[in-house]
Amino acid sequence: MKKVALVAIGLFAVVVLCLWVFGLPVGESLKDLWEGAAGDEFGRARTLVRATPLVFCALGIIVAWRAKMYNIGGEGQYVIGGVCGAWVAKSFVGLAPGLLNPLILVGAMLGGALYAGLAGWLQVKRGVQVVISTILLNFIALKVLSYAVTGPLQQTSKQNPMTDQLPNDVMFARFDPQSDLHVGVVLPFIAAALVFIYLYWTKGGFRLRLVGENEEAARVSGVPVPRVQMGAMLLSGALCGLAGGVDFAGFIGQVGLGYSQNWGFLAIPVALLGGLHPLGVLLSGLFFGGLFAGSENLATFNTLGSTVVYVMQAVAVLAFVGFKAWLDSRRPRAEGA
Amino acid sequence: MDALMLAIAVLHFAAPVAFAAVGEAVAQRSGVINIGLEGVMLVACYFAMLGSATTGSPWLGMLFGVLAALALGVVQSFFTLRLAADQIVVGTAVNLFALGLTDTLFRARFGQTGSLISVERVPKLFGDLDVVLLLLLACAAYFAWFLAKTKRGLVVRAAGEYPDAVEAAGFSAISARFWCTIVGAALAGLGGAYLAVGVTGSFASGMTMGRGFLAIAIVTFGRWRPAWVLAAALLVGYSESVQYTLQARDLQVPGELLQALPHLVALGVLVLVGRGTAMPAMLAVPYRRDK
Repeated sequence: MKKVALVAIGLFAVVVLCLWVFGLPVGESLKDLWEGAAGDEFGRARTLVRATPLVFCALGIIVAWRAKMYNIGGEGQYVIGGVCGAWVAKSFVGLAPGLLNPLILVGAMLGGALYAGLAGWLQVKRGVQVVISTILLNFIALKVLSYAVTGPLQQTSKQNPMTDQLPNDVMFARFDPQSDLHVGVVLPFIAAALVFIYLYWTKGGFRLRLVGENEEAARVSGVPVPRVQMGAMLLSGALCGLAGGVDFAGFIGQVGLGYSQNWGFLAIPVALLGGLHPLGVLLSGLFFGGLFAGSENLATFNTLGSTVVYVMQAVAVLAFVGFKAWLDSRRPRAEGA
Repeated sequence: MDALMLAIAVLHFAAPVAFAAVGEAVAQRSGVINIGLEGVMLVACYFAMLGSATTGSPWLGMLFGVLAALALGVVQSFFTLRLAADQIVVGTAVNLFALGLTDTLFRARFGQTGSLISVERVPKLFGDLDVVLLLLLACAAYFAWFLAKTKRGLVVRAAGEYPDAVEAAGFSAISARFWCTIVGAALAGLGGAYLAVGVTGSFASGMTMGRGFLAIAIVTFGRWRPAWVLAAALLVGYSESVQYTLQARDLQVPGELLQALPHLVALGVLVLVGRGTAMPAMLAVPYRRDK
């Protein structure tokens, strides 16, 4: 709890600092941010809808990073998730909506998992770091997206590089047709709880964390390290792919050339500032979701765009890293460690 | 003659990525992976444009761009080397910082994104050829020789393979990594600045469009050797230009396949031979002297 409070105060300070450095009236801007993120039901809907892919991708990132698999391919897995979801939607068109919707999510998960699995396989069997291979895979995912929406998955009218809009009854139900809020926004909460249970209450989760903390110790105690690393990547990709699927079936309903909105990259700071902990990630995902939602409101009053949030994220991460290094340097190092 | 002009044109368009990739090859050989390359290039783009627009000289613009990139490189090495923080975490932060910073500054100074600006470009010698492209060839040749043949090059390579040995031999692995980070940032800065004042003569938010990440991928493709990396960057540039020709002739090859080809080839090489002996063993592993 003390750590959460510390991070929260730090984040608030970073937001204020960035507003001030960019020459904005701090008090007024904070009010605009708050109103855009939580002022009315539309603001709250925006916050939850923005937070959904952030939390999913960030959960995917912590599952991999906790096993020391530096998956930075969340972006590619998100895109592949969206493409696979759209593919399922096109292949099973006419299926009962109640079946098609979950099937889209399963397709997105499988697509993301296999895509990340390739990177996992390369590290486990070929010694190629996940960092390197996921950079390549992010590029390839964008080309797959562009091929899919101009070729096999393009809308029937062939007018624009995008898929057909999902029929309303296949998409997640909306509470109010005026706002973007859909039933799917509860999924990140469920996913965070499940990842928490998996990481801390099961043997598999314990092994995963052990491999990340001390690979040698894990090996000596008989943990099949490659299998655990592979599993971490599959789960990570499934979560990032699901992010793409939920955005497709919940909020956007259509996959186009601009489907990649950097959520996979933006989720990395979310995961770090959430302390690589599933419940922390839920909080930081909601915080940054709110910040993105609020910055859209802020942008209507001045020339700034939501990219100012990127600066806030970056400064917060560097401050966090610096603070941790400072704490480490004050702590006496254990002998031989 | 046509072939020569084509070669120069490819060099011209591939130069931003090629600069960044050659610098990244040097950095990675010392054990430093710079995920923030995209951001470093973007910051250089913005400040090169700004410098060229305010002073009217593209050369001062280039200088501004490189200086901005160097500043970012120093900040980055403070975190990754002095604090031994995770290179991937810091690099990701640098990317977001650069994208946010340049977009915000650009909007604040030039109004809403979308307003077209155009600045003085680097003068040409012959066709698309200019002095910066000659510098690119010289850099690739110099660093290929430096890494393979000099004593300091050996120290750099050792810092990426087995830093303890570097320290035991009386050199500093940290300082080798620091200078390689700086070289990487400077070359990425040259690449970014050239993109703004050499190729487009303009700036747009996020204009590097993945070139920094492409450079990292090309280092893998070129097996961590500066000369091969340059060749790989040119090949990628060529395959991009071929794609337009093929589309013009209306051939039934999906353009995406051609665009993805370099990445697919790089991935295929990794699948078949893996890291081999080319990839530095301590790549992306922070070095702590007092462990």
